[in-house]
Amino acid sequence: MEKTEDELDGAPESPDDESPDASSTSAYGCSVSYSRGQRVIHPDRGTWAEVAAALLADGWNMCVDVTAVDYSTYDGSRDLPDGVAPERFELIASFISHTTRDRLRARVQIPADDPVVSSLYHLYPGTDYLEREVFDLMGIAFDGHPDLSRILMPENWDGHPLRKDYAVGAIPVQFKATAAASTGTGPEAQR
Amino acid sequence: MTATESETPTQSETRPDADTRSDASPGQLDRLPRRGAVLRMSEVRAAEEVASEPLGDENDQTMLMNMGPSHPSTHGVLRLMLELDGETIVRSKPVIGYLHTGMEKTGEQLTYLQGPTNVTRMDYAAPLFNELVFSLAVEELVGIEIPERATWIRMLMTELNRISSHLLFMATNGMDLGAVSMMIYGWREREQVLRFFQKVTGLRMNHNYIRPGGVAADLPDGWRDDVLTLMEMLPPRLEEYDTLMTGQPIWRERLQGVGVLTPEEALALSATGPVLRSTGVAWDLRRDMPYLAFDEVDFDVVVGSYGDSFDRYAIRLNEIRESIRIVNQILDKMPPGDYRAQDAKVTPPPRARIDESMEALIHHFKIFTEGFKVPEGEVYVAVESPRGELGCYLVSDGGPKPYRMHIRGPSFVNLQTMPHMMADSLIADAVAVISSVDPILGEVDR
Repeated sequence: MEKTEDELDGAPESPDDESPDASSTSAYGCSVSYSRGQRVIHPDRGTWAEVAAALLADGWNMCVDVTAVDYSTYDGSRDLPDGVAPERFELIASFISHTTRDRLRARVQIPADDPVVSSLYHLYPGTDYLEREVFDLMGIAFDGHPDLSRILMPENWDGHPLRKDYAVGAIPVQFKATAAASTGTGPEAQR
Repeated sequence: MTATESETPTQSETRPDADTRSDASPGQLDRLPRRGAVLRMSEVRAAEEVASEPLGDENDQTMLMNMGPSHPSTHGVLRLMLELDGETIVRSKPVIGYLHTGMEKTGEQLTYLQGPTNVTRMDYAAPLFNELVFSLAVEELVGIEIPERATWIRMLMTELNRISSHLLFMATNGMDLGAVSMMIYGWREREQVLRFFQKVTGLRMNHNYIRPGGVAADLPDGWRDDVLTLMEMLPPRLEEYDTLMTGQPIWRERLQGVGVLTPEEALALSATGPVLRSTGVAWDLRRDMPYLAFDEVDFDVVVGSYGDSFDRYAIRLNEIRESIRIVNQILDKMPPGDYRAQDAKVTPPPRARIDESMEALIHHFKIFTEGFKVPEGEVYVAVESPRGELGCYLVSDGGPKPYRMHIRGPSFVNLQTMPHMMADSLIADAVAVISSVDPILGEVDR
């Protein structure tokens, strides 16, 4: 009796909910969906840190990947469960449990006008570089990250290259003896 | 909660206060006991620091020094910003991005058939793994089954690639630590494996051999003899490595107890591959989350016990032996059949039919110009590359090009362990640490 009470008080969800049961529609207080058989949870941006803490406490001991998608030019349907409003940015974090040998993915919706989300650094220190990469290339800021700086692009770079409104651009190949072709078509003129 | 105390991205790009002694306030980082190993300093701040007059203060006796990006032992273009107290490293910061070419952005411009040519250039020491993980992700989205023979060819090629990648590690690790002749030996054996790759794929590196739907071509005549020759050549050579390095007192002195990582730190820092296994955590995706047909072959997951540079060396040496074991089983089990899925959606028609059939010609043309369309959805697929978990996150909007293609590079994530391994060690040991993490900068920077 005592144990069950503790479980009910401690975690918002009982441990039964996290078993890969196809019928479960919520886990850790978030909606669950399945993408090609892979389980995905959809936490709310405001509770992202709490959900991650619950994940860590529940045995998801490694956050292997953090990335983001800019859905601003997406033509298809977003495949989100009911109650999750699509936003421009989506943060994707993948977790592994070494004990159950299972994977779990979280997709967090982040609005375009306020691209900020809690950092997981204090729960999963391995997200340090991954969050810096997302910040650098996608322009999503992480609240509570110890060193939110650019990691792949130079520190004084403008813009976030993986956003869909960032042009691909091209640097013209300069062949020999075509000096005329190289005037006015430098990388600055292209952007 | 996030909205109120947040900073906009532009404000925080060069924060002068990013240089703080500890990573976080005490107590918050229970998972990372060794705080303060990571140097958090922007280029601007570092330049100021270097330009400023040294204070006569006892507490300010450290020196900032750059190692790389063109240092011979940094495996390409890794740069380390080291804070030194005499010859001892206090804190360090890996500075990366010198090889960044926006390959994830490029991936959005290429069709799914062109995709492998892009990703294969990321981890250039293990290109077939990049192609494999991309192809598996595309196949998962499209929902095609590939023939059994294609699966086993993929296994054969990737295990050989694991051998060649670890041989390259043996060579460079040896040279970094002063066993210069090892460079020649490791390179010599790797060359034999690359010759086989050239025979099968046409290229020594960046093969574009594993493609969505199967592989580019069947194994050539005589492939079995070639592989057998390799498998006979390698074990005695590995014995030679043991003689040359493993048992050598100088070699052991140089590596044992250097760059120690605890299992807790490795797990917290999301380390995978030999870096994680060296700490004693037996985690190998081939065994724990089998892909291809790795559940049908017998092999051991090699783990270390001390988490030091020697364990990481020994694990890679023994993983070559395990891969040889796997390859020998593949030789026995290689099934006959087709080397690619005969799915008209993703597979171009056979070359001979193009001369006879107008429809085949159009089909061929459409696949190679427009590309095949992939149903909407998103998927994350991971394989065990020689460096750890190589993942591919793919989003499709129903078109012929990926909407978003993200590669989770094991080198990139494993790089985070470096400051923790290097703290309170000598500069000479930093070389051993870099070498034992075995980062491939093409994959780090992408």
